[in-house]
Amino acid sequence: MSIFKFHYNLEKNSVGFVVAIILAASVGGLVEIAPLFTIDDTVETLPDMRVYTPLELAGRNIYIREGCYACHSQMIRTLRDEVERYGPYSLAAESQYDHPMLWGSKRTGPDIARLGGKYSDDWHEAHLIYPRAVVPTSIMPAYPWLATTPLDVEGLGAHLAVLAQLGVPYTDDMIANASRDATAQARPDSDAATGLVDRYGEATTIRRFTDAREVTEMDAVIAYLQILGQLTQAPYAAEVPQ
Amino acid sequence: MIAILTPRERQIGMAMAIGLALLGLTMAALGGHDPIAVHGFMALALGLALVFAVGSVLEEPAPNPARLQQYYDDPIKVGIVLAMIWGVFAMTIGLWVAALMVWPDATFGQAWSSYGRLRPVHTTGVIFAFGGNALIATSFHVMQRTCRARLADQLSPWFVLIGYNLFLVWAVTGYFMGVTQSKEYAEPEWYADIWLVIVWVTYLVLYLRTLKRRAEPHIYVANWYYLAFIVVVAMLHIVNAAAIPVSWTGAKSYPAFSGVQDAMVQWWYGHNAVAFFMTSGFLGMLYYYLPMRAQRPIFSYRLSIISFWGITFFYLWVGSHHLHYTALPTWVQNLGMTFSIMLLVPSWASAGNALATLNGAWHRVRDDATLRFMFIAAVFYGLSTFEGSFLAIRPVNALSHYTDWTVGHVHSGALGWLAMVTFGAFYSVIPQIWGRTAMYSPKLVEWHFWLALAGLLTYVFSLWNAGITQGLMWRAYNSAGTLNYSFIESMEAMRPYYIARVLGGALFLAGICVGAVNIWLTIRGARDAAPDRPLSPQAAE
Repeated sequence: MSIFKFHYNLEKNSVGFVVAIILAASVGGLVEIAPLFTIDDTVETLPDMRVYTPLELAGRNIYIREGCYACHSQMIRTLRDEVERYGPYSLAAESQYDHPMLWGSKRTGPDIARLGGKYSDDWHEAHLIYPRAVVPTSIMPAYPWLATTPLDVEGLGAHLAVLAQLGVPYTDDMIANASRDATAQARPDSDAATGLVDRYGEATTIRRFTDAREVTEMDAVIAYLQILGQLTQAPYAAEVPQ
Repeated sequence: MIAILTPRERQIGMAMAIGLALLGLTMAALGGHDPIAVHGFMALALGLALVFAVGSVLEEPAPNPARLQQYYDDPIKVGIVLAMIWGVFAMTIGLWVAALMVWPDATFGQAWSSYGRLRPVHTTGVIFAFGGNALIATSFHVMQRTCRARLADQLSPWFVLIGYNLFLVWAVTGYFMGVTQSKEYAEPEWYADIWLVIVWVTYLVLYLRTLKRRAEPHIYVANWYYLAFIVVVAMLHIVNAAAIPVSWTGAKSYPAFSGVQDAMVQWWYGHNAVAFFMTSGFLGMLYYYLPMRAQRPIFSYRLSIISFWGITFFYLWVGSHHLHYTALPTWVQNLGMTFSIMLLVPSWASAGNALATLNGAWHRVRDDATLRFMFIAAVFYGLSTFEGSFLAIRPVNALSHYTDWTVGHVHSGALGWLAMVTFGAFYSVIPQIWGRTAMYSPKLVEWHFWLALAGLLTYVFSLWNAGITQGLMWRAYNSAGTLNYSFIESMEAMRPYYIARVLGGALFLAGICVGAVNIWLTIRGARDAAPDRPLSPQAAE
């Protein structure tokens, strides 16, 4: 057969063989991935979609650092039982500013895509310090050091600047004030809190997330957990946008 | 071992060692309090150690030219020892994370020991450290024997091996410190990723240069698989690791893609790390060591061609089956499912080809634990690929996804296929390259085999049960039409299975420890005559 004859000759040419491997292996990715960047309805357009505040972003980075995504997904599938258990299914637009996405692949613990607002800050604090204090049979690790480690807000502007480069709509104003805004979000009485609302909108949650004297990593993580599923209200509307 | 380098290779090696030390010093100096500084100190220490090692032989006379009439096996020896050290370490961590599911307070209140940080240590340790070192070491062996050619030079194999292990040390110690991109099976940060690209390109160039020296007209099928492993992993890694660092002197970076595109790129990468790291590379191993050990030629040459190109073409389409019913457009999900099912054809062609090769050698499978390792590997390769195609079907995936079934599936591949074929290959190659007629104790090989098989079966059966139970509980409704179980009830139901999993993991770990002892005793034992394939070109056997 001629195809085997062709292969018989290809086997004698190492560089030709490598080129053939590259060609064969490139097709799948080109067909499935490239169009995701060009087909417009891949990601819905949501007018009320917000960006993470610097404090929430810092919390998200701690979430990544501790590997929370290994046990908690943030992607509710379009299945009846998931929607009834966790809330409206996740839209692509909700993670459009997530570099990286944290959809997860395993639910050793429950999905937390719609966790925001379901529990109080106090509950989260107690739960993170020692999960079995509030959920006796939980197998989640304890994260007591979050409550005692001051949050490093220095250089958050550089983080926002990189994300802006990647297409997240952070303004120059947001980048310049990032470190101040991070502290201000956990200090509602401070003057800086007003600027935060101007930059990130009325829906921004500004409050003392914990009673700690300084802003800690715990504040950041709780701020992040409380925003999950709350960056837009579109999924909760009767009609899902296209 | 270093004195065999030519004076020129010693000089270049010295320059590279100094370069590494300077790179490390720069990272350490500019990194400040960032974890990147710790990694700088590691590179500095390694660079200095290499400077002293090479420096000690710099002025020695040139090595005997007779070396060119022999294969160059030193890097293979080091690679195998490293693979075993990493294997014992990574499986110990695996046992620990399994135990954390039952005794969650076994973190001792330390940040570095919490589940989320240990988990990538385990996955990277087993797949990339144990598996990767095994692949590099065996590929050096297979390329030389099947080409009847000595490695193209004596320096680049060391650059590949040492450079790759520096990457691994950066990766693993990074996770302990919380340095991660959070992309599964691609957690290391940007500087480690760039370093890996340099190492990997050197690996490919070395492979091609050695192939060019071959005394055989045809490139043997095992080399196709090793080549596909090297080339496609490079392609996947470069795309998936695209990121912008926050600062050139810090570890943190933000990946280039976001949301749905990031998810698709991640699982295009993630599933093909399984395909080209955990499958293609190890098929290369299987295609050489199984027929050699069974003393039977490969059953079908044409089947090898069909399965090789089937795997290389189809696998790149299937990543989206990790994202069924998610916000990924349905057309991509359906393509992923379709190709996953088609993938069963080349996968079973490979497994069938391996098993049919054993026809006429079944008495050896019965008597020789080394060959039995590879037989079980081929069986579990067939089972895992069938399970993979099955789990990729949308309605099945609705039940299995997010559950421990997926974890069970990965381990049926990683323990049943990847580790088993590696042990079979190691027990075949070790006596040969260390100049022994056989392993120190064939009885310990038997012990290793049965411990590994018992551990594997205990592990996968417990997680199959766990996953299906979870999936069914999550979707169970009561007569009132509401969900029957809370999430925490499904978690509580896992406890017996998680305990069984710890037991399975402990058995498998005991097996590899027995193997490590046996390998150590073989290396230390007396040298005697070992059969090897002659290097000098002669008529095909």
